[in-house]
Amino acid sequence: MNSLTNRFSTTGPLSELKRAQALVENEEFSDSAWGSEAGFGSLAKGVPNFTVPSVPDPSAFLRLHTDDHADPNCRIKIQHGTTTLAFRFQGGVIVAVDSRATAGSYVASGTVKKVIEINPYLLGTMAGGAADCQYWETYLGIHCRLHELRNHERISVSAASKYLSNLVYSYKGMGLSMGTMICGWDKTGPAVFYVDSDGTRLKGDLFSVGSGSTFAYGVLDQGYRWDLTDEEAQELGRRSIYCCRTPRCLLWLTLEDGWKFIGNYDISKLHYDGPGETPGAGYGYDVRIERSTAAPVAVQA
Amino acid sequence: METSFAITGKGYVLVASDTTAARSIVKMKTDEDKIKVISPHLLMAYSGEPGDTIQFAEYVERNLRLFHIRNNYALRPSAAASWIRRSLAQSLRSRKPYSVNLMLGGFDVTTDTPHLYWVDYLGTMTEVPFGAHGYGAYFGLSLLDRYHNPEATLEEGIETLKRCINEVSKRLVVSPEKYKVKVVDKDGTREIEL
Repeated sequence: MNSLTNRFSTTGPLSELKRAQALVENEEFSDSAWGSEAGFGSLAKGVPNFTVPSVPDPSAFLRLHTDDHADPNCRIKIQHGTTTLAFRFQGGVIVAVDSRATAGSYVASGTVKKVIEINPYLLGTMAGGAADCQYWETYLGIHCRLHELRNHERISVSAASKYLSNLVYSYKGMGLSMGTMICGWDKTGPAVFYVDSDGTRLKGDLFSVGSGSTFAYGVLDQGYRWDLTDEEAQELGRRSIYCCRTPRCLLWLTLEDGWKFIGNYDISKLHYDGPGETPGAGYGYDVRIERSTAAPVAVQA
Repeated sequence: METSFAITGKGYVLVASDTTAARSIVKMKTDEDKIKVISPHLLMAYSGEPGDTIQFAEYVERNLRLFHIRNNYALRPSAAASWIRRSLAQSLRSRKPYSVNLMLGGFDVTTDTPHLYWVDYLGTMTEVPFGAHGYGAYFGLSLLDRYHNPEATLEEGIETLKRCINEVSKRLVVSPEKYKVKVVDKDGTREIEL
């Protein structure tokens, strides 16, 4: 019975696999897509085709998974539930991000890296369209390297961020969606620039981007000082990301000799036990309240 | 919300602009300078579409600088304002117009007179004794109509400007907290602490 349902069900991993196999076998990807057809072009294999989602109404499905309703020109779903932050302090720049990737209400991946290592001295954060951020920040990395080769000098964070902002400005109104912080260390010391797809570019000490940014600001603004120690700054980064209820938190620190990865923290561990090894030192509200109440109230049966 | 004011006085123009850079409901920055010094005796306060503002301001700044280098003299305020207005008007008929509103304050050293131009994103330009952009304009313009004096000293001008800023803080729901104020007179441009 079970095998019978499996064979005829349209959802489930088995049928997914079957559909994928059928796709390969049927050779739906016409050879003409891969290059020359000895002068015959696409005529050799008929009309080129492309795949559509196998649901009753493909266009409705696509609309659900893009920002079409908000802005018809923008066909890309912006990444919801993202929190990224970066701040400058006496010891460098702290960059902290969450690690959830979503496509609509579906959590696509719980372990995505929302920091793009542009080069050993520059980090870029990722909020908005993941593809846009990944592609253009990698592209920025190429040009930072070219700048280095041409001028025998590392590019400043200011120049790198301006390069990106001019680039995205030239695509303004064409559907790019990115909110990023370019962080690094140059001759002027630690620097953070906020660049978004509107073409805005702002220099500042402290930025947070994404739908969770308001929550992060709440913790970050209150705890922020220039003369934070390294340890305090890392703690502030973790706590600010924690408040956005994400599964994991990733932390970087930018120093004079390049950035370094600090760690990947499990938020539920932070909730109960904090970053260290002492149980009960967690960030959670209930954990904190329980700690401060000297005699815990006995639980009624 | 973005607000800018400018008033003329006896031998000077005062230009004030708020310093917030906001994205949706969040203030990303509260000390952004939105008044550019575009030539020795010319100030430009800009507001509007994020991205467009800074790109247009830098475009203007560099072209006026280029003119200065090529000809060894800077454009007078009226000529600069005309050029800027025409740039905006041309951009309006392009595929992607600049959505930028401007207040241009300048001091004409050849005639020793202050000039103030109000320019909007449609390319409307008018010379005014005082002007404002943004939500603050709804409160500030009536106030200036009542209290502005083109013969006021700099101290009196600053007092009038403070009246505007205080009125906006008092009545506007989402009023900016900080303003940057610059003045242009026969000695050039400088920033003023309120």
